[in-house]
Amino acid sequence: MLKLYETELRSRLLLGTSRYPSPAVLTEAVKASRAEVVTVSLRRESSGERAGQGFWGIIRELGVRVLPNTAGCHSVKEALTTAQMAREVFGTSWIKLEVIGEDDTLQPDVFGLVEAARILSAEGFEVFPYTTEDLVVADKLLEAGCRVLMPWGAPIGSARGLNNLFGLQALRAHFPQVPLIIDAGIGVPSHAAQAMELGFDAVLINTAVAQATHPAQMAAAFAQAVEAGRAAHLAGPMEPRDMAAPSTPPIGKAFLG
Amino acid sequence: MKILVNGAWRETDASDLAAALTALGYGEAVVATALNGEFVPTGSRADARLIDGDRLEVLAPMQGG
Repeated sequence: MLKLYETELRSRLLLGTSRYPSPAVLTEAVKASRAEVVTVSLRRESSGERAGQGFWGIIRELGVRVLPNTAGCHSVKEALTTAQMAREVFGTSWIKLEVIGEDDTLQPDVFGLVEAARILSAEGFEVFPYTTEDLVVADKLLEAGCRVLMPWGAPIGSARGLNNLFGLQALRAHFPQVPLIIDAGIGVPSHAAQAMELGFDAVLINTAVAQATHPAQMAAAFAQAVEAGRAAHLAGPMEPRDMAAPSTPPIGKAFLG
Repeated sequence: MKILVNGAWRETDASDLAAALTALGYGEAVVATALNGEFVPTGSRADARLIDGDRLEVLAPMQGG
């Protein structure tokens, strides 16, 4: 079982709720993914349209746990206020903390991230920081009170997979007991399987499912990939080597030359 | 007086945040509020006095990644 703070989860696939072609497709995709946690956000509500009320009804009907984010926040102050508002609206202390430092790559501002994580942890939030694979930043986030880390695979929505394999493997090896969730950049199920094979605890997918031609089918494919990758990790993958090693024993081979 | 609600100027006679939300048509909607950049919890809205030029954000659940 995956344990995030004090919550135990069967599914190791977390799903974003953004950029689906329709609410009905979103619902189908969440069900097909078998995700128990979906990410959500806060945006301005019009008193006339009340779009947010309808969306919230759909999520509640799905019966999944929500992980609110602070997406789009560029300062510590913005992130803190958004987190406080999210805690009230969604009724959870979980917060996926994003403090964006650069608009082209949506790279986290890790300095602001650590500062915000410290303040929010002290205020009783259970912080899921969206971070890079940087070991020192990870260490500072843990010291600030985080008990889960969400390193990026690649820039959000880029579908590039695990960009810095060495860095991510080092992070995994360095913090063997900390739940690590690959967040962002995963494009296809093989990326997710790779993350799980390397021993990451879970993956968070959004665009790769939402923007697929058939989102629910893709959600199911990701669910299978995550399960396969996890099973492979537990089974203990063999070490790669540079030269061939015959799989058929040479001993007893007939002399026919 | 005029207050800035989600980036648009609105005329209101409400003297506090709770009354303003009702007047603006939010009724029982699930929303969170921030006044001039500071979070105002539901229970404190009636105590949050409004003055001309205040900046109010009214946020609700939305799709997110």
